[in-house]
Amino acid sequence: MLRALELRKDFGGLTVLYPTTIDFHPGELHALMGENGAGKSTLMKILAGLYRPDGGQVEWRERYAEFTSPHDALVAGIAMIHQELMPIPDLTVAENITLGAEPCSAFGLIDRNAQLARAQELLDELESDISPARMMRTLTVAQTQVVEIAKALGRQADVILMDEPTAALSDHEVAALFRAIARLKARGVAIVYTTHKMDEVFRLADRISVLRDGRLVGTAPAAELNPARLITMMVGRELADVFPVRHSPSDDILLEVSGLTREPAYHDINFQVRRGEVVALAGLMSAGRTEVVSAIYGLQPATEGQIRLKGTPLSIRNPQDALAAGIGMVTEDRKGLGLIPALGVGQNITLSALRDYGRGPLINHPAEAAASQTQMSEFSVKAESPSQPIAQLSGGNQQKALLARCLLGAPDLVILDEPTRGIDIGAKAEIYALIQKLALAGKGILLVSSELPEVLSLAHRIVVLRRGCVSATLDAASTDQETVLRHAMPL
Amino acid sequence: MLTLDRNLVHRFGLLLVILFVGLALSLLTDTFLSVANFTNVARQISINGILAVGVTFVLLTAGVDLSLGSVVALSGVACATFAHPGDHSVFVPIAVGLLTGAACGLVNGVLVTRGGVAPFIVTLGMMTIARGLALIVSGGRPVADMSNELTALAGDFLGVPVPVLCFAGVAAAAWFFLRNFRLGRHIYAVGGNENAARAAGVPVERVKLFAYCLCGLLTGLAGVVLAARITTGQPNAGQAYELDAIAAVVIGGTSLAGGVGTITGTLLGVLLIGVINNGLDLMGVSSYYQAVIKGVIIVGAVWLDRRQARS
Repeated sequence: MLRALELRKDFGGLTVLYPTTIDFHPGELHALMGENGAGKSTLMKILAGLYRPDGGQVEWRERYAEFTSPHDALVAGIAMIHQELMPIPDLTVAENITLGAEPCSAFGLIDRNAQLARAQELLDELESDISPARMMRTLTVAQTQVVEIAKALGRQADVILMDEPTAALSDHEVAALFRAIARLKARGVAIVYTTHKMDEVFRLADRISVLRDGRLVGTAPAAELNPARLITMMVGRELADVFPVRHSPSDDILLEVSGLTREPAYHDINFQVRRGEVVALAGLMSAGRTEVVSAIYGLQPATEGQIRLKGTPLSIRNPQDALAAGIGMVTEDRKGLGLIPALGVGQNITLSALRDYGRGPLINHPAEAAASQTQMSEFSVKAESPSQPIAQLSGGNQQKALLARCLLGAPDLVILDEPTRGIDIGAKAEIYALIQKLALAGKGILLVSSELPEVLSLAHRIVVLRRGCVSATLDAASTDQETVLRHAMPL
Repeated sequence: MLTLDRNLVHRFGLLLVILFVGLALSLLTDTFLSVANFTNVARQISINGILAVGVTFVLLTAGVDLSLGSVVALSGVACATFAHPGDHSVFVPIAVGLLTGAACGLVNGVLVTRGGVAPFIVTLGMMTIARGLALIVSGGRPVADMSNELTALAGDFLGVPVPVLCFAGVAAAAWFFLRNFRLGRHIYAVGGNENAARAAGVPVERVKLFAYCLCGLLTGLAGVVLAARITTGQPNAGQAYELDAIAAVVIGGTSLAGGVGTITGTLLGVLLIGVINNGLDLMGVSSYYQAVIKGVIIVGAVWLDRRQARS
């Protein structure tokens, strides 16, 4: 039904997708697998009319189709759920869902009731309790994702492209999405799906295509593959063990947080991080994890409580204070709080520590270039050159560049908020190894992660938050997923 | 390499346009291609050039300054008030003019950073406030009777007009600053993604405040130079100067969304507008038509540039 025929895409002289041919069939879920930068999103964006291919063509119903815009593709019956969420914050949920396809009465006026009803219907299909009349701005990331999915479902498309639709969803919402996917397949809709979660692929996919470095490694029915084989295809090598060995921490207390409070986000938070220790903050989406670490880094200071680093009480009003005290952070929101898109990779990396590469108010360009080169090779950031705008890099490489920025200033305490969200298994393994390396070097690591296997394997101790309060502090070696979840779930 | 290449293509394209316009004017008129006329063009563009360099800093932080023209008038009047022969040393009126501009920039910057008011609104307000103050200070009349030392600022130094020297110095310093100062890098970072810059430890408020103050200071300089050239402080001077300055910067490839742009681009933008103004004058085109032609060229140049950037 839909065919990518010898599709090729270049970005600034770099080929990100080599001629690739894949067929997509009605009623089938076709998973595209591969590491970040493998070309999955690029392929999808060509199919959805967002990018023009530099070679090859899209065949749609046995005819050559030239989509010059997402609107062309939508009209033809191809809808896409994007990995980066693009809501319009000051419109309602219903207005977002029906955007561009508003139900109209005679005279071309929008029929508000029909609009709300239509939105409600689509949200029901996803078993969501979000009210269609709410403002988009008030929604959490997970809810926004649900709305984006509802929007794509509402297009009555014959092909739905889903780029990591579950990245931000809770288990309940994921289950509802899977049921909706099953109904779509029964209706004969073709689904193209990307994810980094192995279990999802084998639950959902009928057919799997693997991409690596912009090339198609192969396409096979899901039944003929298993996780180990799939990972080998994706990475091009065997991954012996994703999680490295933990080292034992010292007794030296590095960070001590006491009575940290900012109502209503969190209340009376107490915990410590020792040198060489990885402490994970676990909890549900809205438990206040990001808010607590944001306070320690000065992004949104707490109203009460004390933060001590190496025994010294700190008054942290902004990230500058935190950086000066020896606290670095890689935020959860890569696009919003991380990247300076138009600046080069190198300049992004040196941004926080620029003072170290110059004299007085001046920048020492050779020293800066040397530092960014070193960091790029140390963190294996793949880019044409340090001056390539960071916006052109894949998600995994962007994340590695931001880690490089954070660590260039040699902080004592490193805060990592969802450092592996939406990146591939190869890059994840690199980040896991890096965390242990930092711990071994005597740094303290404060990790926020929604992936429990990650938390259990990386951390020494787990501080579980529930509705803004610490509900338990667990020793990672002697606990399991069920125990953590029990403390995380609201009573 | 990519950014560099794109900048090169951009500058090269703009340079070609300027050369093309220059060639056309050389053929259409017999006066364009002469040393005297080139000196004239350089003299004419220097005030817009100084303003454009200043406002480049503000536009790079994703801000805007609409008060340039009015602040030129206010600084000129303030300068002229202290420039009567025998009153003070020549440095006093110059300092007064510069500080008046810087003070306006400071107020703009404080309202934008501390007050959280949109730059468009703040500087729109400053546009009418500064104009009003210029009229109040001067009593609505031109402030005349200016010392020869000050009017010498519009004369020549070693055969080169002093305004041109001012413009060249300002542009060179700005180019060096944006390239080599940490604060220069911070300006790009703030304009590129303000929240990310803050999270990376960039003192965002201070950076913006600096940009507005510097823009104000250079606007003050433009006011002093203009006053020297017209030998009076004119409260009605500088009408719509901000538009030519912003147009030059945008033609030069600076993004109104901030974070992208160069001083070299701004220089070429200033040059293009200057050559067009000069050429239309030489050809005796009526000023009514000149306005229309200039508008078309501004929009056309930016449209071509964006089309090029997309492909």
